[in-house]
Amino acid sequence: MSLHDQDDPALRAAQERRLREVWAPPKGLFLRWTDTNNNQVGNWYVLTAFAFMLFAGVLALIMRTQLAVPDNDLVGPGTFNQLFTLHGSVMMFLFAVPMFEAVSIILLPQLLGARDLPFPRLSAFGYWSFLLGGVFVSGSIFFDAAPDGGWFMYPPLTTRTDLSGLGADIWMLGLSFIEVSSVAAAVELIVGVLKCRPPGMRLNLMPLYAWYILVVAVMILFAFPPLIAGDVLFEMERLLDWPFFDASRGGDPLLWQHLFWIFGHPEVYIVFLPSIALFAMLVPTFARRHLLGYPWIVLAAVGTAFLSFGLWVHHMFATGLPKISLGFFSAASEAVAIPTAVQIFVFIVTLWAGRVVWSTPLLYATGSLAIFVIGGLTGVMVALAPFDWQAHDTYFVVAHLHYVLIGGTLMPLFAGLYYYWPLVTGKKLSDRLGRIAFWLVFVGANLCFFPMHLSGLEGMPRRVFTYPADLGLGGLNLASTIGSFVIAAGVAVIVLDLARSPWRQRSPRNPWQAGTLEWLAHPEDENWGIRSIPLIESRYPIWDQDDFVRKVDEGRYFLPDAEEGRRETIVTSVLDARPISVIRLGGPSWKPMLTALALGGVFILTTYHLYWAALVSGIATLVMVLWWLWTGTAEIPEKSCKPIGHGMELPLYISGGASPGWWAMFITMMADATAFSGLVFGYFFFWTRHEAFPPPELATAPGMAWPLLALALGLAGWIATIAAREVHARGAIAAARMLLIFGLLTSLAGVPAGLAGPWLSGMDPTANSYPAIVWTLAIWTCLHAAVAAIMQAYVLARSFAGRMTPHHDADIRNVTVYMHFFALTALVAYATIGLFPEMA
Amino acid sequence: MTDERRKWHERLQVTLWTLIVPPTVWAVHFLFSYLWAAVSCAKAGVFAEFPTLFVIGTVLALMAIALSGWIAHRQTRQRGDPPPHEQGTDIDRLRFLAKSTLLLAGLSFVGVLFTALPVVFIGDCR
Repeated sequence: MSLHDQDDPALRAAQERRLREVWAPPKGLFLRWTDTNNNQVGNWYVLTAFAFMLFAGVLALIMRTQLAVPDNDLVGPGTFNQLFTLHGSVMMFLFAVPMFEAVSIILLPQLLGARDLPFPRLSAFGYWSFLLGGVFVSGSIFFDAAPDGGWFMYPPLTTRTDLSGLGADIWMLGLSFIEVSSVAAAVELIVGVLKCRPPGMRLNLMPLYAWYILVVAVMILFAFPPLIAGDVLFEMERLLDWPFFDASRGGDPLLWQHLFWIFGHPEVYIVFLPSIALFAMLVPTFARRHLLGYPWIVLAAVGTAFLSFGLWVHHMFATGLPKISLGFFSAASEAVAIPTAVQIFVFIVTLWAGRVVWSTPLLYATGSLAIFVIGGLTGVMVALAPFDWQAHDTYFVVAHLHYVLIGGTLMPLFAGLYYYWPLVTGKKLSDRLGRIAFWLVFVGANLCFFPMHLSGLEGMPRRVFTYPADLGLGGLNLASTIGSFVIAAGVAVIVLDLARSPWRQRSPRNPWQAGTLEWLAHPEDENWGIRSIPLIESRYPIWDQDDFVRKVDEGRYFLPDAEEGRRETIVTSVLDARPISVIRLGGPSWKPMLTALALGGVFILTTYHLYWAALVSGIATLVMVLWWLWTGTAEIPEKSCKPIGHGMELPLYISGGASPGWWAMFITMMADATAFSGLVFGYFFFWTRHEAFPPPELATAPGMAWPLLALALGLAGWIATIAAREVHARGAIAAARMLLIFGLLTSLAGVPAGLAGPWLSGMDPTANSYPAIVWTLAIWTCLHAAVAAIMQAYVLARSFAGRMTPHHDADIRNVTVYMHFFALTALVAYATIGLFPEMA
Repeated sequence: MTDERRKWHERLQVTLWTLIVPPTVWAVHFLFSYLWAAVSCAKAGVFAEFPTLFVIGTVLALMAIALSGWIAHRQTRQRGDPPPHEQGTDIDRLRFLAKSTLLLAGLSFVGVLFTALPVVFIGDCR
């Protein structure tokens, strides 16, 4: 297939027919939900997240109605608690984060000229998990069982079962389930950005949206796992009475605050950066020029990501930590203003230097920047500890966070909605309705939230269901309530605009005359993503590369065909996007949905203390995952290479560091290691909080012998796996199998050895925080040993089944990555519980 | 230009990992500062009049950031294609990563100074 072959219209039609057939969505009332294509899954994801936003918005309206006048009795205090808890939790966990993942699942393959993301079934799994967990958490309010401890769920209010009901479990377990789907999305997005770029799209030509998504997905890996670790401790306390947060038994409620806010503050940037990333796409389009200061945006994104992990204690200024510690976090909170401001200046300068075409998306963009800057400035104020002590837990903070989130997340998403609607549906939204909605939202947001600064400074506390008339805050509160309904009117106009869209005329392709790849999308909406995968030479190929659109459409670039009837995309190298391989992508399947259902069962059944049923569900999840892996991954292709055009041939199978699967394992394990470090942080946190840790009566527990034996077994299993990988690659299959069997046995033996230390020394985890955290570290590590054994058994089975050979060894290479992390976990865990008490 | 004629700092490979060296140094220094203060205050109740350990850690962090910034600066000045350096060539990719590293080094340097300031002004564990 050369350039000239593509001159033949008959050939092109045949290619298109094959592509269309391969990428055809499944049809039928039920089968259509088995689809995994990013277009469908992305659309479901966006619509679901949008629905949750409307739901949480209604909750806010009920709250504002209750607060409109003093001494109101529309809802009681119990309901009010549920309303504000669910409003915050749903907006954060079920709208802001999933919405960014959803938008990325739609846009990223288009921006990267890929047919789909590398693991389409993982996206589908993430979506079904999100839907199930979201409905579970949100639905609880209709049974008067919603969580009511505030979106940050501080213990001891929420861990004491006499003070809080089922709602706290629903929050913990339901949202843990959602966190799993967020980590899944992070894996998908990171591998997508690093490995699925089109040939020639080096790091310096990557669309800035992709840069932002890469940074944010990495942030998720480090931010969500500490919360998962916190959730584990929290549920152990609620369900098993292990006293991590109970001060009377050596626990400390502040540990929860640390773990929550290590997640909670980066979370703010996790929802802000992807929204501002939309500006990096639409500002150049409407300025009609390249974005100025491309490396400055990278500085801003990467710099913000790092600094955002040094801010968490600014939510804890009022907890009585040493002032020196507050000083560090205050300093970092001020420093983060620098990269945040840099990106705003970059957008302003680009508009200034360009020839601006005024449009509805740009109106939202500029309006939201104005609102965001106000929120940013009050942020600089509350970052100062002495000011925060005055404003803490008042409506001033409510005003600050809503300015930041409305200006930094909600309105940029509306900008993106108006900008990208034609890309998804082929139709523009109404400019007239869009502008009406903008002004309603813009005026409403200021009317609602600006008075809150004043009511907060005058002493209106957060989270009260009513207030006495004598406070004199009736007028300000009424203004806020009117403002909230004006915002709601604006959102209603947007919903009306969306609802009328199906009856509108199609817009031309690339209606805004943008320069970036995603606008190759066809208004007739072909399912294959991109007709041929282009060679990229510029940041704005549609503007800069000659005849670019025609060449893509006529299949003159790479992979213009699907000869073998498989869904495929190109994998390239991380830095320079050199083509490495063609990978086969998973097609429509029930497996992601069934796996999500099984995993959801684990969380939901545990909430209702149905432990046996939850265990069955857990085993079902394991079986589903193994079945999914066995049938859908590391498939040995029917031939080793295939041509992709222009005389290039690429392998159809790769393993190790070049392959997406290896990266996915590496990234997943980074998240796992972060969760583990959250637990280790807990151990040392207790050490700093107590005069004597371990407590004198437990000074010799769990002893050195058992932990060190468990460590030795773990390391033996690790070395055996590495050795197996090496000899296997050299063709010694029998030796590799023997080594794997040895590794499997040591991993299995590591489980009882790891538990023996705390068990035989009679540590009672309900007595004190010390035995509780030691047990937790031991159980965590033993679970990892058990998973290691399952993986080693899986690899053995693959080898015996002929699905893994010395040339096709992705399975064992990926498992080795797991074993590296397992060895590190065992080393840290057993050294901590076995050796540290000797030193302390 | 062959490898023999290039200076050592021009031969260093620039990657996504080197890009995050300066902010990682900031993060390590920040964590170090937090742990140093938390452990000193929790276990000893005070920290030293002249906190030698903290000063050494801060100077080391600043030096590491300055070094990586200097290497990045030299790399941004390698000769190659004409401006605006936005093309898909080896040299432009290198210059982009180096420039971004340099900018991050600047931010991280300021960040470390910010973190060090409370120790100058707050003398005890209250």
